[in-house]
Amino acid sequence: MAQDSFSVKTNLPLTLPSRTVRIWRERVIAGVLFLAAISSVLTTLVIVYILFSETVIFFEKVMEVDRVSLWEALVEFFTGTDWSPLIEPLGIGILPLLAGTLTTCFVGLCVAVPLGTIAAIYLSEFAPAKVREILKPILEILAGVPTVVYGYFALLVITPVLQKIILGVQKFLLPGRNEWDYFQLPGFNMLGAGIAVGLMVLPYVCSLVEDALQAVPLELREGSYAMGATRIQTALNVLIPAAISGIAAAYILGFSRAVGETMIVAVAAGLQPKFTFNPFEAAATTTAFIVSVSLGDLPHGSFEYQSIFAAGIMLFFATLFMNVLGYFLSRRYREVY
Amino acid sequence: MVKPTEEAVVTQQEPLRKLAEVRDLNFYYGRTQALKNINMPIYEKKVTALIGPSGCGKTTLLRCFNRMHDLYPGNRYEGQILLGVDQPRNLLEMDPIEVRMQIGMVFQKPNPFPKSIYENIAYGLRVRGIKDRALLDEVVERSLRNAALWDEVKDRLKEPGTSLSGGQQQRLCIARALATDPEIILFDEPTSALDPIATVSIENLIVELKEQVTILIVTHNLQQAIRVSQFTAFMYLGELVEYNDTMSIFTKPVEQKTADYVSGRFG
Repeated sequence: MAQDSFSVKTNLPLTLPSRTVRIWRERVIAGVLFLAAISSVLTTLVIVYILFSETVIFFEKVMEVDRVSLWEALVEFFTGTDWSPLIEPLGIGILPLLAGTLTTCFVGLCVAVPLGTIAAIYLSEFAPAKVREILKPILEILAGVPTVVYGYFALLVITPVLQKIILGVQKFLLPGRNEWDYFQLPGFNMLGAGIAVGLMVLPYVCSLVEDALQAVPLELREGSYAMGATRIQTALNVLIPAAISGIAAAYILGFSRAVGETMIVAVAAGLQPKFTFNPFEAAATTTAFIVSVSLGDLPHGSFEYQSIFAAGIMLFFATLFMNVLGYFLSRRYREVY
Repeated sequence: MVKPTEEAVVTQQEPLRKLAEVRDLNFYYGRTQALKNINMPIYEKKVTALIGPSGCGKTTLLRCFNRMHDLYPGNRYEGQILLGVDQPRNLLEMDPIEVRMQIGMVFQKPNPFPKSIYENIAYGLRVRGIKDRALLDEVVERSLRNAALWDEVKDRLKEPGTSLSGGQQQRLCIARALATDPEIILFDEPTSALDPIATVSIENLIVELKEQVTILIVTHNLQQAIRVSQFTAFMYLGELVEYNDTMSIFTKPVEQKTADYVSGRFG
């Protein structure tokens, strides 16, 4: 018997390659893996480099055309309230675009944060298993709808409904005026676009908040119920404080998505840069400006071409700032379970 | 199996009062029967220990008392758990929230809420809608004193409960359960996540607490059952094998299974 098992062992084919080959093969594999890992980092670095270099050219051109110093150009860029880089005299104040972005984001978050949080609490703590099985996939499908669809939804459904509501409210409060004396919501407006942005962000916020609530350990949940708390008391007093870092991260991610949203605002919010925080008006956001300018025939190196990089770098910093803020917030409020 | 005997009552010096009684209790997780025809008394201001090998149903029985099984679908009770000396009420037919307001629970792992030490203790009163600051202050101090934690935390009531050590957290959870003045406090292996020194302090606390409150404790540690309890129930495979005063269970058990378990031959 012992002889047999011994002979079986020696019959195993020895296919081990030589030591040098092994070492080099490992090195090549590690190198390939490293390249794959580094590719996204490199892409990001290249994008940042291009954004910066093209923005530098933008300011050089501003200095040349307007005959101003770099400092004056920067001051004008950050404080000017006129953005019209396509027509003379040049307006290079970024504030109108930022105002448009912030207003639509604000409207969007006003929709997505309360609705998303409530929906997440319902799904996580109240919904019977069967309801959750139906609702969660629907939410996920909602997240997969192309945003241009939301844009037309805003333009063709939300805005007309809002127009009727706003007109109706005015007629109710101030009856007996001429039809054209009432305020008419323009066809392109930031309110309708913002609501659509909110609906688009809603599934992300809801899903992330729900994940955060589900991650709260069972002992905490049972501890609260054992004290005689109801479901809603448990959710509000124990689960939300316990999950606050995840919830804050969900809101910030929602904000980042809303800032970067392009198609909805390009379709429904208007394309004319205007310095206003009034959601009842039409105004271009940063992303809408970039997409509208780059859709036209844009000669490489022209002033218009450079201007979209200057707008793009603002977007880049806005999302970078939010992500860093989210990182520190989640560290600040992280709970030790 | 042995039904609870009246002899156990007679051997005690002081008069015993039955605060609660389990009668013909069956419990099902879906289709699996986890508890089979349990009958046992719970005596007022005494510590009753539930012992038995893993999976014997002792934690399941404990969680019947505060209706924790109601949180999950598919669970079913049969029988009665009567609470009260004069006019006993069946806990299994009451509103679970109302039941939990009379029966506190301390869990295996310390689970302070993500709130300050003060708010952790005040939680039970707050869910009852009590907002009176003076009353809350009084209850928080009394509960922390009763849980032997006051001197350690009186200057840091605003700090989060999670900033305490493991043993302190468990005493915080005991104080939290005491704050609402419950009839019974359930302990589900309260020391299994703690180091030996913290375990001693929790055991001493349980011994002190039985002057004020009735205690039901699940434990894997037989020495602990001997140290803290006056009555012991030995469970095996969902059945109550033997119930008696603790000394009798450990020194002259009636059933062979009990004898094997307490002498360490299985389990």
